[in-house]
Amino acid sequence: MIAADRPRQRPRDAKLLLVDAKGRLAHAPRSRFLEYLRPGDLLVANDAATLPASLPGIHGPTGAPIEVRLAGRSSLRPDDVRTFSAVVFGAGDFRTRTEDRPLPPALLPGDHVAFGSAVASSHGLLTGRVRAVLEHPRLVSLNFDGEPRDIWAGLARVGRPIQYAHLRAPLALWDVWTSIAALPAAFEAPSASFVLDWTSIHAMRQRDIRFATITLAAGISSTGDPDLDRLLPFDEPYRISGHAAVAIQRARAKSGRVVAIGTTVVRALEHAGRDGTLRTGEGVADQRIGPTSPLHVVDAIISGTHEPDSSHYQMLRAFASDRVLAEASASLEAEGYRTHEFGDSVLIEKDFRLERVRAAA
Amino acid sequence: MKRQDEDRGSHRHLEGIRAAVTGGTSGLGLALVRALYRQGARVAFVARHASEVDAVARSLPGTFGIVGDIALKADVHPIAMQIVGNLGGLDLLVNNASSLGPTPLALLGDTDCEDLELAFATNLLGPFRLTKALLGALTASAREGRGSIVLNVSSDAAATPYPRWGAYGASKASLLHMSRIWDEELASETVRVLALDPGDMDTPLHALAVPDADRTALKAPAVAAREMLDAIVAAWPGRRRSDAEPVLTAGLEVGR
Repeated sequence: MIAADRPRQRPRDAKLLLVDAKGRLAHAPRSRFLEYLRPGDLLVANDAATLPASLPGIHGPTGAPIEVRLAGRSSLRPDDVRTFSAVVFGAGDFRTRTEDRPLPPALLPGDHVAFGSAVASSHGLLTGRVRAVLEHPRLVSLNFDGEPRDIWAGLARVGRPIQYAHLRAPLALWDVWTSIAALPAAFEAPSASFVLDWTSIHAMRQRDIRFATITLAAGISSTGDPDLDRLLPFDEPYRISGHAAVAIQRARAKSGRVVAIGTTVVRALEHAGRDGTLRTGEGVADQRIGPTSPLHVVDAIISGTHEPDSSHYQMLRAFASDRVLAEASASLEAEGYRTHEFGDSVLIEKDFRLERVRAAA
Repeated sequence: MKRQDEDRGSHRHLEGIRAAVTGGTSGLGLALVRALYRQGARVAFVARHASEVDAVARSLPGTFGIVGDIALKADVHPIAMQIVGNLGGLDLLVNNASSLGPTPLALLGDTDCEDLELAFATNLLGPFRLTKALLGALTASAREGRGSIVLNVSSDAAATPYPRWGAYGASKASLLHMSRIWDEELASETVRVLALDPGDMDTPLHALAVPDADRTALKAPAVAAREMLDAIVAAWPGRRRSDAEPVLTAGLEVGR
């Protein structure tokens, strides 16, 4: 597919591929996505705002410039910002594909890292230490120094959104915050929600389509390193409010569909509902969703277009058969759909026959 | 101490709310930060100068001081991120930071374009950008039954054409009108956008505008802050307590 190379959240010509529960395909302008929902349906979006998770730094022991990409955290608590998991890159910026970036120096527990420029005021000075090296030499647990408020100030001063080599210019936070961005928690944008603007949210009310939000700390989508990418998705903390849970229950009671905007919403809702009841409050989604995963909560997904080798694509296999997804992929190619964060979208209804196949297996 | 007790008693509704105030280190902004703090709100405040931010934050332990300039486009999202990051959400945003434009005040014919731009950047574009960046957090709060409010600090100069107040008056008139439109547009989200005129106060901004004013005739900022919090409580949409969250003991059945 063609890479979408401009950071426009809602290009006028954005396209939507519709895949219904029987595997039939259709195309529509994405701006008309609400026409494919029904009164009583509930749209659920991830309202996480995107952190400036890309931090330039200097590796203390070697003096080497590095880029630290924050990638995970154990909870969404405002004061739980001292420890993150992070992927470390060598020198370079977004103009170099991550696959081609040099490796960082060898990282050891206790290594000091100074973030941002060398001359920093007392406000926003950000330092930290490698706490542990995790399952890969470039995947570390990182401890920031200071109080949570100092760490937030430091992230605000030195951090930038994670960048993409397929874009023409660097991204600013306003490029990656969705219209509904609330709690800063996502490491990369929950980009399926780029489809939403306030006009569409108002239009939902007129059509008796309900809207709810959950928060999931969307993790990084790819690192360019095959060994690291095999560890994705990392664990992601999430929160489901009682109000969102009640909205889901009401939709189901009225035979409305629960339509997830984005893979992150599917992951949160299916983790919270994994044993048949939906738990509210905070949790940590640690599961992989694929062709054998039952979907207890979600009936349909609006998502970006995903290449077949990604974990996002694996999740779509829970919604539709491999034959239908192959036809959908071919159709995306043939119709010139764009991919990546600012690309076009798909709306896939769950094929209920898959459930029967799984039950029989 | 008596005053504090009265404050606490009068606004129990503000206890536990998550509030952010721009221009929070002097004048009305500082008075609002102190009043919200005394009433048990969780408060973040924004101002340009690190030393003043630190001093106020130290005097009010538990508040979050944020250094930034809302008139600068590049500062707005980092400010918004720190507000919601530290507070975990947002129920009340007070756009208080203001610029007079040229000082001493000048006739429009003598006003430099740059001074007019600064007044609009601070008094209109800054509140617009910050409110827009925080709209997700404010509406999330409203969806969870807490309601939320944006308070834009207005002025009688927004309605009355006082000579020499051109940059300030025109920008505050724009802010007032934007507030009215946004209030209409957000009614369905149960977010209120208020524009309130605090009256002539004994503040550094007023001293800059009218250096020879009779200060005894001016309102104390603490009094104006209390009046504004009264108006906020009166206008609060829907339910406003954090215990509005439905309590689910057994979980929800989601199986068909």
